[in-house]
Amino acid sequence: MIFTGKVFKYGDNVDTDVIIPARFLNSSEPAELAAHCMEDIDPAFASKVKKGDIIIGGKNFGSGSSREHAPLAIKSSGVACVIAESFARIFYRNSINIGLPILVSAGAATNIKKGARISVDLDTGQINDLAQNKVYQSEPFPEFMQEIIKAGGLIEKIRKELAE
Amino acid sequence: MGMTMIEKIIAAHAGFDQVYPGQIVNARVDMVLGNDITAPVAIREFRKIGKDRVFDPERIVLVPDHFTPNKDIKSAEQAKILRDFAKEQGLKYYFEIGQMGIEHCLLPEQGLALPGEIIIGADSHTCTYGALGAFATGIGSTDMAAAMATGQLWFRVPPTIKFIYSGKLPAWVSGKDLILYTIGQIGVDGALYQAMEFSGEAITALSMDSRLAMSNMAIEAGGKCGLIAVDEKTAEYLKGRAVRDYTPYYSDSDAAYQKVFEYDVSELEPQIAFPHLPENTRPVSQAGDIKIDQAVIGSCTNGRIEDLRVAARIFKDRQVHPDVRCILFPGTQAIYKQAIGEGIIETLIDAGVAISTPTCGPCLGGHMGILAKGERCISTTNRNFVGRMGHTDSEVYLSNPAVAAASAIAGYIVHPEGVIS
Repeated sequence: MIFTGKVFKYGDNVDTDVIIPARFLNSSEPAELAAHCMEDIDPAFASKVKKGDIIIGGKNFGSGSSREHAPLAIKSSGVACVIAESFARIFYRNSINIGLPILVSAGAATNIKKGARISVDLDTGQINDLAQNKVYQSEPFPEFMQEIIKAGGLIEKIRKELAE
Repeated sequence: MGMTMIEKIIAAHAGFDQVYPGQIVNARVDMVLGNDITAPVAIREFRKIGKDRVFDPERIVLVPDHFTPNKDIKSAEQAKILRDFAKEQGLKYYFEIGQMGIEHCLLPEQGLALPGEIIIGADSHTCTYGALGAFATGIGSTDMAAAMATGQLWFRVPPTIKFIYSGKLPAWVSGKDLILYTIGQIGVDGALYQAMEFSGEAITALSMDSRLAMSNMAIEAGGKCGLIAVDEKTAEYLKGRAVRDYTPYYSDSDAAYQKVFEYDVSELEPQIAFPHLPENTRPVSQAGDIKIDQAVIGSCTNGRIEDLRVAARIFKDRQVHPDVRCILFPGTQAIYKQAIGEGIIETLIDAGVAISTPTCGPCLGGHMGILAKGERCISTTNRNFVGRMGHTDSEVYLSNPAVAAASAIAGYIVHPEGVIS
């Protein structure tokens, strides 16, 4: 699957408190979470983001709380994929479990600029900075995680396994 | 080749003799925890799996502690989802307001987190129970749903970093300072995807309350867990509490570690983490002139009886500074009651400290002490991110309870000896 979008770029240690501040966690409705996505780091994000856009962060993206509301807010806001140099552990699990594509690429995280148009091929893990015509190869996922991704998330995977 | 503590725990729960860092396994879980923010999402996902019943109604704990007592209508609806689910499923460990406490103070106190177990919680500070020799780690709501349905979860076996603390801690220096210092040394992603193992004579000398505070913040270094080997203190703590038999596991002397850090802590000062990351630590003597508007004492990090005792010792016959609001949150009803029995609460009230029923409250910017634009708070909690306790232009400084109490009296960040001569 290939998609193309505009880059929203942030630095290191983007934490789940700025992705979705706790004051909005009295709801778990995806649309409501999306309306406040990234509010404490980029108040204009929710009004600017378009379906298929891409977030790029630095090291330790999604650090802090275990709130699944964070990847859910990003996914529901239409973001196609998050690219980072590294992801915090729980955010990484949560994203795979709920089917938010995430890619680890230090090169892409360092070099691709804010506002760039890039295309991402989720099957090959290739990230293409279109204006620069530069391609970055992201790290492949272990086979077990690929199975979760292919099944459409952890719940779907378990549902199918229990049905068999 | 020997194994580390966490490798042994995971191997035992996954049905293997040996596991290796990097290996992905399905493992049996002993306890599954959720709260009023994360469990409603988990319950929604659980319904999609198509199983009517949870795998074991005695192995799921639901604690409404974040936005409770319900702060608004939406929060009340979320908390109700837990209550209804607990009734429907006949869950043994649902803690209603009046019984509940801050989850990571409550589970150890109730003997629900035990050595050698795998405990997963849809709350990042679940790593607290590493202090009891358990592999305890934070996971998300979907993971919680999967585990409620199947009693299992996937794990990537983490490499272990060993931390050895030598020397005797000076007065007013606690487990909180050890972990803040450690995070300052290795950074907020210094233990990313890895298990932290805390050892050495300074750890052996720590009280259980201080050990729990230490393991609580392993996540703040990116750690998967923060383990402390079971010893006589652990066994003593668990006597009369443990709801099940348990099996401690110990790292082999020839176990392989990713890294080993050794710290001499005999001259360690109380540590302050400056905004906006827990790694921005300084010794309190280097804090400079930081005036504060609020002091928060409590939370899953420092809401235990030892923390309240140290606060009372400092507040005895002293007053909270007129420009400061000081709010204290006992971790559980039992801690609250014990504090009343010991005269701690009376001392605090006489000093002008506001006491709350147990709740996560302001720690995550929920309620009960939100900061206005430009305000500063010294807090015994665990995170000082942008906007964590309120306005994005407010600031949180993390410290131990003694420093927070002393600073509430002085009106600025100060070493306890600055107010107690």
